[in-house]
Amino acid sequence: MTAAIAVGVLVAAGVFLILRRSLVRVAFGFILLGHAVNLLLMAAGGLGRREPPILGPDGPTTPADPLPQAFVLTAIVISFGTTVYLLGLARAQRRGDQDEKPGPGP
Amino acid sequence: MIEALLIAPVVVPLLGAGLLVAVPPRRWLHRVVALAAGATGGVTAAALLPSTLDGQVSTLAVGGWPPGFAIVFAADTFSALMLGVTSLVVIAALAIAAGTGDDTARFYAPLVLVLSAGVWGALLTADIFNLFVFVEVMLAPSYALFTLTGGRDRVSASAVYVTANLLASTILLAGIALLYGVTGTVNLGDLAGAAATGGGALAAGVILLALAVKAAVVPLHGWLPRSYPHAPPAVAVLFSGLLTKVGIYAIIRVYSVLFDGTPRLRWILMAVALLTLVLGVLGAIGERTVRGALSFDMVSQVGYILVGLALFTSSGLAAAIFFLIQYVLVKASLFGSAVAIEVAAGTGRLDRLGGLARREPLLAAAFMLGALSLAGVPPLSGFVAKLGVVTAALAEGDYLAGAVAVVTSLATLLVMLRIWSIAFWGEPPRHRLPRTDGQPSDIRPTGARGPVVGPALALALPSLVLGVGAQPLLAAANAAAAGLLDLSTYIEAVSR
Repeated sequence: MTAAIAVGVLVAAGVFLILRRSLVRVAFGFILLGHAVNLLLMAAGGLGRREPPILGPDGPTTPADPLPQAFVLTAIVISFGTTVYLLGLARAQRRGDQDEKPGPGP
Repeated sequence: MIEALLIAPVVVPLLGAGLLVAVPPRRWLHRVVALAAGATGGVTAAALLPSTLDGQVSTLAVGGWPPGFAIVFAADTFSALMLGVTSLVVIAALAIAAGTGDDTARFYAPLVLVLSAGVWGALLTADIFNLFVFVEVMLAPSYALFTLTGGRDRVSASAVYVTANLLASTILLAGIALLYGVTGTVNLGDLAGAAATGGGALAAGVILLALAVKAAVVPLHGWLPRSYPHAPPAVAVLFSGLLTKVGIYAIIRVYSVLFDGTPRLRWILMAVALLTLVLGVLGAIGERTVRGALSFDMVSQVGYILVGLALFTSSGLAAAIFFLIQYVLVKASLFGSAVAIEVAAGTGRLDRLGGLARREPLLAAAFMLGALSLAGVPPLSGFVAKLGVVTAALAEGDYLAGAVAVVTSLATLLVMLRIWSIAFWGEPPRHRLPRTDGQPSDIRPTGARGPVVGPALALALPSLVLGVGAQPLLAAANAAAAGLLDLSTYIEAVSR
């Protein structure tokens, strides 16, 4: 339930941000959406089971599912790359705005 | 032994890209390495096709892990065919970039190679999470290629392109998370029929929704006509032939494996397909630039493939696959012609074009071949493809789909004839107006037309060959459709 609420809040905030005009806010929105999906991936592996798979205190009674963790790791790397690109794009757009300003009209 | 080849279309372009980034930039080296790596897809497809046509599925479990843990690559007839045609598009786009001078950018060739590695990985993987990863590998360089050169106009078009695709990728990942939560696996073989349960159907529906954005299916198409006309010329050729086609390939694959053609949901797919056909072509009629019309038309043509998929009969699927294979080449050829028009006339705006047929007979021939094939005029391949879709729809008693497909085909002919009569016939515009139209500024009306027109013509000629001698590809498409309808071989090969 906690995970579901957290995902819901993150998605709501993320969607609000990506509907903004400024690309920097859009980038932040995608960061939040990425977090929401990562949480969803973790929840898909079962949040109740979180012992280390081999060396738990009572042996592997409730081992965590390692696959979603690998998925999340991959997704984090990808979203890091796209965030950097979005921020670069935001900078290019800003610079473009400034370049356009001085002009005597059509 | 042939199985080891399956990984080549992913590894070779990535290694090539790494090499080109590492060594000092030499233009000839970039061209040679990019061309060689761009051909790996075609070579692999040629090696794989004979065995897959017999109904075999080649698989490769990377890393030598036991079954169930390994990352599996698999090739059936459908993937092998797609691998072959996309490789042709990569090579043609590299040649066009050499003609327009787009490839002078330092990272052009490495980015194209990473993009093709992503495309081919997505075509060959048998693991739905890897599908997401390869789609990202394909999209990340496409973002960079979009803004490699150009001004403010391109940056804002790129913002639309990037945000739409990022959102779709996020939804795709969420769908995969839900699917994993429901089924506990991401192997496509183990996932077969997973959408039979309510939870599985919901998760698979989220995945299909995300893929529909990538394939620009109405009503999720808005980003495509707003971004593709502003991409750098040679890059637009590459995108038109590869990106949305991977989306539609993934839709066909995921739908046929996960849903197993369940009749309950087919009406949704059919409704979406018909809407896509009609709205796409209506949008194309009103466009004012060559590339704008072609981009909107790209939305429309996807509808034919979806009609074939929605029917989910052997003839419908075979028609959809035949359509997709020939359409990849035709669309890339038309975008190549559009680039050549922009190079020859200095603009792609229809109100400033005219009289190109006399000045550029080769370009006119290339455009005419592509346009007539797109509209479905015999004896070109588009005719065979559309005939297949319409007869498959009529055989199922779906007269509405058949009628809409025929009418859309006529409207497509109208769009193409409009471009033809404005740009190629008539008088050339008397005097060049000053450039205030916000068109991409890096188009130089140079004399280097041969290298630009050549690839467009080379991509259009297979349409004539596939139209007159359609039988081999029709047989291959039938084999591919049989592989999608009867999944037992695929499942056994992938999840053994």
